[in-house]
Amino acid sequence: MIETTIEVSAPAPRSRSWRGRLYAWYLSSDALKGFTLLSPTLLVMGFTMCIPFGIMVVMSFWTQIGFEFDTVFTLGNYAEAIEKPVYRALLLRSLTISSICTVVTVLVSYPMAYYVAFHVRKRKMAWIILMTVPFFSSYLLRIFAWKVILGYNGVINSGLKGLGLIEQPLAFLLYSPTAVVITLAHAWAAFAILPIFISLEKIDRSLLEAATDLGDGPVKRFLGITLPLSMPGVIVASLMIFIPTVGDYVTPTLVGGPDGLMIANLIQAQFGLINNWPMGAALAFDMMLVVAVISLLYIWLTRKAMENIA
Amino acid sequence: MTDVAYIDRPNRPLYVYAIFYLAFLYIPVMFLPLFSFNDNIYITFPLKGFTIQWYVAMFKDQPMWAALNNSLRVGCVSSAIATLLGLFVAKAVTRYRIPGVKPIIFVIMLPMVVPLIIMGVALLILVTRLGFNLSLYTITMAHVLISVPFAMATLISRFEGFDPSMEEASSDLGAGPWSTFWRVTLPMVAPGVLASFLLCFTISFDDFIMAFFLGGTDPTLPIFIWGQLRFPFRLPGVLALGSLILIISFVVVFISLWLRRWGVEDTQSGI
Repeated sequence: MIETTIEVSAPAPRSRSWRGRLYAWYLSSDALKGFTLLSPTLLVMGFTMCIPFGIMVVMSFWTQIGFEFDTVFTLGNYAEAIEKPVYRALLLRSLTISSICTVVTVLVSYPMAYYVAFHVRKRKMAWIILMTVPFFSSYLLRIFAWKVILGYNGVINSGLKGLGLIEQPLAFLLYSPTAVVITLAHAWAAFAILPIFISLEKIDRSLLEAATDLGDGPVKRFLGITLPLSMPGVIVASLMIFIPTVGDYVTPTLVGGPDGLMIANLIQAQFGLINNWPMGAALAFDMMLVVAVISLLYIWLTRKAMENIA
Repeated sequence: MTDVAYIDRPNRPLYVYAIFYLAFLYIPVMFLPLFSFNDNIYITFPLKGFTIQWYVAMFKDQPMWAALNNSLRVGCVSSAIATLLGLFVAKAVTRYRIPGVKPIIFVIMLPMVVPLIIMGVALLILVTRLGFNLSLYTITMAHVLISVPFAMATLISRFEGFDPSMEEASSDLGAGPWSTFWRVTLPMVAPGVLASFLLCFTISFDDFIMAFFLGGTDPTLPIFIWGQLRFPFRLPGVLALGSLILIISFVVVFISLWLRRWGVEDTQSGI
């Protein structure tokens, strides 16, 4: 690599000044060069992610008084977050909606990822790009599209009425938890496919060949080899959908209605109308903790389950 | 791979499923362009007639142009910074053996999975505690944060796709680290740099949540749209604007993803 050639082409470090020697030593150290290159990014991430998060946690132990903060340490916000039924109910609903959305999305996306990994031979790249593009198009507009589709006079209702299949619009479509699940599943589908696809693609095809030679049918082959080996992808995909969706507040606001509101709506309100920032910080941290515990439990359980099968 | 025909053979039911899946991904958003040409203030079937009046009205809307201008400025600056930061990381992790590099990558990747509301709220607290005003600058800062993981992932896969011996050859021939970087590395990863820039730009251009928490009086385009959604008579205008944004961002993302894999022979390099 670079360091060896530098020493060859440059004069011996001994003949140089201490600065030259320091420079030569620096060039010969992989780790130092690496960290120097990493440092701007780490500084920015530290300033915009780690420090803000730390301040948020500190603030969650404060109390709001009018437009000022009482900075005396208190656990009051957390006590309130646990005791008040509305907070618990909203958190529970968020977790339920996100779990259902995660399960639905992963189940629906698995066959798609399987198809592209095993049955597409030409233009794999085109398929992957086709599946990924919608994820990066405007989130707000995709939610709005579902509002247009599910609305009281929306695409489905006016379409069905036009066909004479229904007399009255179906009111349950929009402003319900179901609408939130559908919209979220659609929004995150592209994110689910990629990890599953990558893990399927990595499977050594000769294993499947061997299983066939030993007389396994397609079902046994799938359950015995493909599914277990693709589980890491499934786990990553589930977490990549579950964690962000618990904290979503735009979808519930636009299509959820009063029954579809989630914990993030409440957090947002604490920083807006309710104006109780410490409470909002506590709720945000609380949500993060619960999500982290559930995610770790999920990883642990799936690992255990896989060990038992193997 | 020739003997595994029983695995790779075409599978009709799965093919049909795949087509349905793509339809599910794409058809919902197609209703926006469809209704944007409909001569009816209400978004409902049956379609009444063809019109371009919503587009004409949109082009005359001054606040929309101001918001678009804000979005373009924030998008360009934040994606340039994010791409540069991603470039440093990609070069560092693919070319040097760094102890403890995995946890570092994990931390940089965090904004991809942490709910955006948490980062929005945390940044809001920091900015107000430091006494800064909310402005386009604070939005830009937030967009750099959420774009860096994508820039890094894009550029790492590009760096992994080319042979480090090119760089070695350059330094063997007497080029210093900087001239090797500018004359060998950068031209080879240039498609990745462009891909990263475009991807970060769409992320910034589409972001609503960070701009919602960290925006001041100057709205970006998604914030402008959000404001319009409250007025039913404004919806056709949103449809027209939304259709244009969707089409442009589809094209930009497509180019970005294609560039990223262009000339790199693997499909396993993630998002």
